[in-house]
Formats: sequence, C-alpha cells, structure tokens
Amino acid sequence: MVKPATQKKTAQSTLLTWLIVGWAGFCLVPWYGMEDGFFSFDWLSWGYLFDTDTAPGLFLVFQGEKLWLAPLMVFLAAPIYAVGKARTDASYSKILIICGALGFGWLIAQGFGIGIRGWQFAWLEDLFGPLGDRQFGMGYGGLLVASAFLFVFTQGIAARGAVNGDIFVVGAIGFIIAIVTIFVFYPILSMLGSAFITQENSYSVGVFFEKFTDRRLWGLACLSGGRCGAAWNSLALAILVGALTTILGLIFALVVTRTGFRFKRGLRAMTVLPIITPPFVIGLAIILLFGLSGNVTRFFADLLGIAPSRWVYGLPGILIAQLLAFTPIAFLVLIGVVEGVSPSMEEAAQTLRANKWETFRTVSLPLMRPGLANAFLLGFIESMADFGNPLVLGGNFDVLSTEIFFAIVGAQYDQGRAAVLALVLLAFTLAAFYAQRFWLGKKSYTTMTGKGDAGVHPQLPQGLAIPVFTIAGIWMLFTLTIYVMIVYGSFVELWGVNNALTFKHYLTAFSVKFGEHGVHWSGSAWDSFWTTLQIAAVSAPLTAAVGLVTAYLLTRQNFAGKSAFEFGTMLSFAIPGTVIGVSYILAFNVPPIEITGTGIILVVSFIFRNMPVGVRAGIASMSQLDKSLDESSLTLGANSWQTFLNVILPLLKPAILAALVYSFVRAMTAISAVIFLVSAQYNMATSYIIGRVENNDYGLAIAYSTTLIVVMLIAVGLMQILVGRTNVGRRMGQTRTTVQAGG
Amino acid sequence: MKNTKRLIVIAAALAASTSMASAAKLTFYCSAQEDWCQLMARGFEEATGIDVNMTRKSSGETFAQVKAEASNPKGDVWWGGTGDPHLQAAEEGLTEPYESPMRGELNDWAISQAESADNKTIGIYSGALGYGYNEDLLKAAGLPEPACWKDLTKPEYKGHVQMANPNSSGTAYTTLATMVQLFGEEGGFDYMKALHKNINQYTKSGSAPIKAAGRGENTIGIVFMHDAVKQAASGFPIKVVAPCEGTGYEIGSMSIIKGARNLDEAKKFYDWALTKDAQSRALEVKAYQVPSNKGAVTSPAAPDLSSIKLIDYDFKKYGSSAERKRLLKKWDDEVSTLPQ
Repeated sequence: MVKPATQKKTAQSTLLTWLIVGWAGFCLVPWYGMEDGFFSFDWLSWGYLFDTDTAPGLFLVFQGEKLWLAPLMVFLAAPIYAVGKARTDASYSKILIICGALGFGWLIAQGFGIGIRGWQFAWLEDLFGPLGDRQFGMGYGGLLVASAFLFVFTQGIAARGAVNGDIFVVGAIGFIIAIVTIFVFYPILSMLGSAFITQENSYSVGVFFEKFTDRRLWGLACLSGGRCGAAWNSLALAILVGALTTILGLIFALVVTRTGFRFKRGLRAMTVLPIITPPFVIGLAIILLFGLSGNVTRFFADLLGIAPSRWVYGLPGILIAQLLAFTPIAFLVLIGVVEGVSPSMEEAAQTLRANKWETFRTVSLPLMRPGLANAFLLGFIESMADFGNPLVLGGNFDVLSTEIFFAIVGAQYDQGRAAVLALVLLAFTLAAFYAQRFWLGKKSYTTMTGKGDAGVHPQLPQGLAIPVFTIAGIWMLFTLTIYVMIVYGSFVELWGVNNALTFKHYLTAFSVKFGEHGVHWSGSAWDSFWTTLQIAAVSAPLTAAVGLVTAYLLTRQNFAGKSAFEFGTMLSFAIPGTVIGVSYILAFNVPPIEITGTGIILVVSFIFRNMPVGVRAGIASMSQLDKSLDESSLTLGANSWQTFLNVILPLLKPAILAALVYSFVRAMTAISAVIFLVSAQYNMATSYIIGRVENNDYGLAIAYSTTLIVVMLIAVGLMQILVGRTNVGRRMGQTRTTVQAGG
Repeated sequence: MKNTKRLIVIAAALAASTSMASAAKLTFYCSAQEDWCQLMARGFEEATGIDVNMTRKSSGETFAQVKAEASNPKGDVWWGGTGDPHLQAAEEGLTEPYESPMRGELNDWAISQAESADNKTIGIYSGALGYGYNEDLLKAAGLPEPACWKDLTKPEYKGHVQMANPNSSGTAYTTLATMVQLFGEEGGFDYMKALHKNINQYTKSGSAPIKAAGRGENTIGIVFMHDAVKQAASGFPIKVVAPCEGTGYEIGSMSIIKGARNLDEAKKFYDWALTKDAQSRALEVKAYQVPSNKGAVTSPAAPDLSSIKLIDYDFKKYGSSAERKRLLKKWDDEVSTLPQ
C-alpha cells in the first residue's frame, strides 16, 4: 500500500497529544479516586495539590509520598526523546514499545501490589518489610496516565509495521483488548479466585470443593420425591425454555412468512412488547391470574368444585413466564433466517417432484439450522440468567440465579458460595455456546448469493398449517390477556382485596408539585426514573461505539490473534448478568479500580453486557459494504481513521441505530447485573421496582413498569422513524452505495 | 508568570478549604426497611442541619462491610437491623462504646442489650416472633384458628404454612433458635421436623410468608409480628397471633463505628435516634416494632410486648457464629432433607 507523506505528520502529532495527556494526568489531575466524585470538584477546595488524598502524582512524589509512583515519570519522559525522530528510525519504535509496556506494567503492578492495608501479598512484605503506607483506588490521574502508556505502546507497535503501520487500527485493537481485559476477563478471574478463599482469608482448594459438591447444588432427590439441586433445576429449565421458545419462535416465523395469516402486523407488534417489559411484570401478572387466589384458578376451582392449589409456584410458573418473555427473541432471530432461505432452492426441490412436506423437511428446515441453533442458545442463556421470574414464581424450585443473589444479600453473606454458583452457571452457558458451534460445524448454509433470486416461498403444507395457526392464535390471546391484566392491575386499589379503580399508584410514583421554587418532583419514583434515563442515555452511544469499532476491526482488518480477539469480545454474550454483577462487586470493590457505588460501574456493566449485540449488528451491515469502498478512500490519500469516519460510518446508520435502541432498552429493563451494582445514590428503576415487589406493593410496581413500557415504546418508535428516514435518504441521495459482497 | 498563576490557584484553594471544611456531615449505614431509613436520614437532617449520606444494606451485609473497612472506616453510625451482627461487631471490637444521656428514657431490654456488649451497642426497637394468617383463606378451607406453635404441626394445616429458609433469613434463624430454647434441642428439632411436613414453601426473605398470605397466595406465615401487623394495616385480611407457649424476639440495635470520621455527629445522631420524637415517627412508614424509648407513641395495632409471653432469649449464645453454624447444619441435614 502507498503510504502518503501525511501519515508521518499524523503519527508525530498523535504521539505528542498522548504524551501531553499523560503528563497532564500526572501533574494536574488528582491521582486517586475522589470519595465524593471527581466532578463535584470538591477536591479543588480540599488542598488539591498538597493533600495526599487529592494531589496529582507529581506532587505526591515531590512531597515524598507514594514514592512507588516515581518510576512512572521515567517512562513518561523517555518517549519525549522519540518525538523528534523519524518514524522509520529503529530506536523510535523501540523506545515507544519499551516505555509504553513498562509504564503500563508498572502502573498495574503498583496498583495490585499496594492496597488499603499496605502490601497486598505476604511475600512482598517478607521481601521489603512493612510498608507503613497504603493507597486507595486510582482516579482520573491514573486513568489518563494509563491511556497515555497504552497508546504510546500501540504507536510503537504500529511503527514496527504491524497492520501496515496504521496507528488508528493498532490503537483501536490495543484499546479494545485493554478494556475487555479489564472489564470482562479481570472480574471473571477475581471471581474464580474468591471461590477458593476461606473464612480466614487464605486460599484453599478444599473450600471450593466443599461448596461445589454441596447437596443444594447437585442433589437429585427430586427423582425420589425430594428436592433437586439448583444446578439441575437451572439446567432442566434452560433446556426446556430453549427448546420450546425455538419451536414457538419458528411457528410464528412460519406463520408470518408462509401463510395467509390475517394478523401478521399484530403478531409482529406483540413480539416487541416482552422485550421492552421490565422484569417481574409478567411474573406478577401470572400470579394474579394463576396463583392460589388468582382469577383463573378461582374460576376453575368454583366451576369444578375442587380446592385451589399452588400449582403455579415452581417449574410450571417459571416456564410459562419465561416462554412469554423469550419467545419473541427466538422469533426475531428466526424470521430473518426463514426469510433468508432462498426460494429457488425450494422451487428446485419441487421441480424434482418433492411434495410440500418433503420440501419443508429436507430443504427448508435443514437450511434454518443456524437460526434454530442461535434461537435455542439465546433462550437457554436468557433462561439461565433470568432473575425476576424465578424470584416471584420460584416456590421451592431453586435456580442458580436466585441462589447467587441470596448468597450475597441474605443472612448467609457468602461471597465464596456466590462465586462457585456463578462459575457453575458460566460453565453451563459456555458449554451451550460451544455445543452450538460444534453442531453447526463448518457446513455452508448460505443460499443468498447476490445473483438474481426471484421467487416466492411455498406455502406451508396443510397438515402443518392448522396446528401452527392454532398455537399462534392461542399465544397471541394469552399475551394480550397478560398485558391487559398488567394495565388493569396498575389502576386497582389493592388487587384481589379491593378492586376499586384508582390513580393512587401513579400519583405516589410520579406526582409533580408546582411550588415557589418551580417544579418539585415529589413522586417516589422520580429519582430512580431520572437515574435510569441518564445511565441508559450515557451507556447507549458508548455501547454502540465500542461495538461498531470492534465490528470494523473484525470485518475490515487482518491481524495476528484475530480469532482470540473475536472470542474475547463475544464472551460477555455468554456470561449471564448475575455473574457479571457478582464478579464486578468482587473485582471493583477494592483498589486499584474502586468504582462500586458509582454511576460509572453501571454504565460500564451495560457497555460490556450489550456490546456483543452492537458487534453483531455492525458485522452484519459491514459485510454488505464492499471493501472496494475503503480501498478507493485509502488510495485517494485518506488514512484508516478518516475512512472509518467519512465512508463507513455514514453507511452504517441503521446498524448504529439498532445498537442504540437495543442498548437503551436493555439498560432500562436489565435487572440481573444491576441488582448488585446499585447504590443509594444511583438507584435504577428495575431495582426500585423489585423493592416495591418485596414490600408487597404490587400496585406501585406494576404502575411504574407500565410507565416504563410506554416510555420505551415512545423511544423505540422515535428511533424506528429515524432508521426509516435514513434508508430512504440514502437511496434518494446517492445512487447504489450498498454494494453486495461477492456479487 | 507560571509561578504567579500557581500561587493564585493555591491561595484560592486554601481559602476555599478553610471555609468548606466546616460543613458537618454524617455517613449513616442503615439496616432497616428502605422507607424507614430514608425517614431517619431526612429527619436527622431537618433536626440538626447535618448532611446525611445514607447507605441501606441488610444487617449481614453491613456487618461484612464494617469489618472490611475496619482499617479505614468510612461509616460513622450503624442503625437498625437485628441485634446479632451488632453484638458480633462489638465482640470483634469494630464499634465504639458510648453512654448516651438518653438512657434514662429507655426500656430495660434496650439497656441490657447495651450492657451485654460493654455499651458498644444499644436497643432501638424490638419485635416478637409469631405468625399471621389470612382469615378469608382459613375460612374458605374450613380450618380452625390456630393459637399456639404446636397447632401449626397438626395434619390439617398441611400445605398451608410458610416460613423463610433459616439459611438465608435472620427471621427464620430466630424461629429455629426460639424453638430450641422453648422445647429443648431435641424437642425443638422434633418440632421443626413436624412443621416441615406442613410447609408449602421456604421463602428466601424473612417477611415474604406473611406478604404472600396477605395477597391470598398462602394461608399462614411465620414472621415477626410487626411484619404481620403491617400487612393488616395495609388493608390485607391478616390476623396476628402471639403463640400461647411463649415466643422469642429480636432487638434492633444501633452502634457507633470505631474510628468514625465524624464522631461528634455520630453521637448526635445516636442521641437523637433514642428520643421519643424520632422513634414515634416509625409509624409514618408502618414500622410497628416496639420502640425502646418508653415515651414514644405506639400504634394500637402494634403488638404489646408486655402482654406477650416472651422467653428469656439468650442473645449471646444463639448470636454466636459457632452456635449458628451448628444449628443451621443440623437443620440442613436433619430437617430440610425430609420428604414432605
């Protein structure tokens, strides 16, 4: 590739920028984290440069404090020497790589080596004697210096010629690797570690096995009338949910694409609802319908003259709730696949005299395998991670996600047990992830080649159409009933006891008073509502950005270790939220990164939980853009950053919006990780709702949830309008920019 | 030029620091229900003008946090939650002894709680164990009204009784310890085994059984009586029972954390929390525990401790972690594995 002369200049100024950032972080910004938050700027008034709590690194060292920070100056100073040098000079890359790596390494080593109680490891104490000093979590000063080291290092690597010497691409790869390591791998590893810690704070394998072999985890007594362990329960439930949601999802996809079903639009609209429904709501509605005093239970008890029972508590209840909640996800996965099977294949089969049923069984169905596997996997993982439904409907049917929660918050307060349970959960989901890849193998399922593909999907065979219709109809009716009940439930005084209609719950939650000082948000839900909107609004664009940059690297660049990179970025997809929550409190409750109780930890957890979806959306649309577009941009003298910004990004608007919508909605409805990470100051809507549920205040919980559903419907609607406009605009303005790959 | 700028910044910073440092604040760890915690925090702010930074966690979690922060305490005062973890914190030297001038106004049980821990903790409220039942469901099922602990083991109540799992709930552990003290260790476990046959669900959280009963999802729930009263006061058809054999109780406690950064403010809060005015406000959030201040207003609906037969609950023995572990293991091995 031709390297334009401008690239040298860019490299120089980029290096200079990062060195300035590093020095600014070291000299001006407080090194340690602020208890009251950085942006309150209280630290300016607390002695700033001279107080050891608020001083920047440089001032700490000059005052003879925290002398272990001094070596960082050397690693920050040496690269200055390289600034004037030519990029091709051998010493240029050497200096940058060595200083970047040593600086970053030293920063991490001192962070882990010295903690709240001085030396963190006994062998350090043996070696150097007691330290007599300690340190807390790093703050923005540390963050800036760490970023400077990282990018100095990646520029050194780029100068050596990696990825065509492209500083943007190498920097982006380094950045993604660093954040995924810190916020995905490191928490998981610390959780692994804490599973081995005994009560006396020493490590022991015995402790792990004692907790791992617990009867409450692996017991099989349910085969003989007793109760089974949580691990078996979770596994059985997840397999059932995965299989049934896949079947139901396939049925609905077939109804929409291959029958003359009349309410297609209704069915599609209904699939959006459960996705934007906060947790518990479906569970609560099921209790109000099928519980011991539920309307349906009472009706049938009176009708048949039998005593009402608690049948819904346990496996049946959780199963119904999860099917309602997760079938739409399977449907959304499968509809693309069912539509994607090329009609010409099916026509070919019919020309070869296969009847409708044979065509469906031997051609259509096998071609849907990747979709079926994906749908099953999603249902499996969602069921494993689901927390709200088992909490309200579980009865004596213990599952891993709730057991983890109560190991942490209950009277037992056993972090080790929570870690062991979380590891079992993680093992299950990862195993499912691999089983799926294995089952799909390396066969090709592509039927869309970009060549002319006119044709119509055949209708379903008659024998299949009737049961498919019936099931779809029943499901629609059921979902409709549930949602009508939810809305109704938010307007009654005290469900089942006093059915008078009232606005009471909405007023308690969302009342607004107009006083002398302007608007006073007096409702009890406003705090968590605004926090939720704020966190969702901050994390959505960040998630989309991280996801799309990753997708760009995966589809457009080739570098060593790309498949490991892909695995790392997709890993958090297979990690249930409960596991993320537990691992985050274990990892980020102590220095060097001390962010529990802040808003940052919520934002970070959302980014890494939802990033894989951004990556997938990005990959999907980027593979539709032909590489010749990038190449022409590069040939015309743009660097890869400019190409990404000016060519790729504008063409990706639909993917960006999809990622935005998804991460926004998930940030508003997620509970499994959030429940561990909220604090008094940063309380989220879902955790407020769970508090109301625990307080037996169903009316308020349902009213709040209904409000959230409406808010999200509006948000999703707005974003969909935007997506539609972008599509139209592109077709009108430019002629044929979407070039099909292959073609 | 550069130096003058720096000097100005430093001077400004110093000036600001002297004026700002005087703003009093208090870091308040709360282990009671959320709305009660909010009420205490805001109430103290209104009464004194001291800024309160409140964190609510269960008493077990707060104990773990205080222990973890022992070398660098962040909290000042810890209010609420059952007494066991407070006693344990006192035993491990995590809390500060303090003799409040308010002591003269308190009930004897609150003072004896303090004395058993070298004045490192004090009783702020207490609540007796008991059970509540849903009148409508009981009538519909044609069951007699239970009045004693032993009634709950009768076969006709099979599938109608709910209690929390002692492994995850302090309330249920108190139940277990009460039975052991009431009927002796053998008798107590025989009782738990007989009760096990009638239990329809061991819930995770302590007050869940009575909430389920309120909604009509369960008939009888074994809980602290003030939780049952709260459901009745919310409009649910719940009747509260003080069992005839006598019953155990908890003492909600308060402690000042050792090494508190705002010790004076913590003491101010401590004294304020023991006043009759502060304790009377519990009714605003439907907290029907018995207040430790004799002069505090109680609801007529609240259980009257003087009319309930209370056992001589040995907090020291049954609050110790060794005894707790032993009893829970025994319950796990001998009771929870039985077929129902």
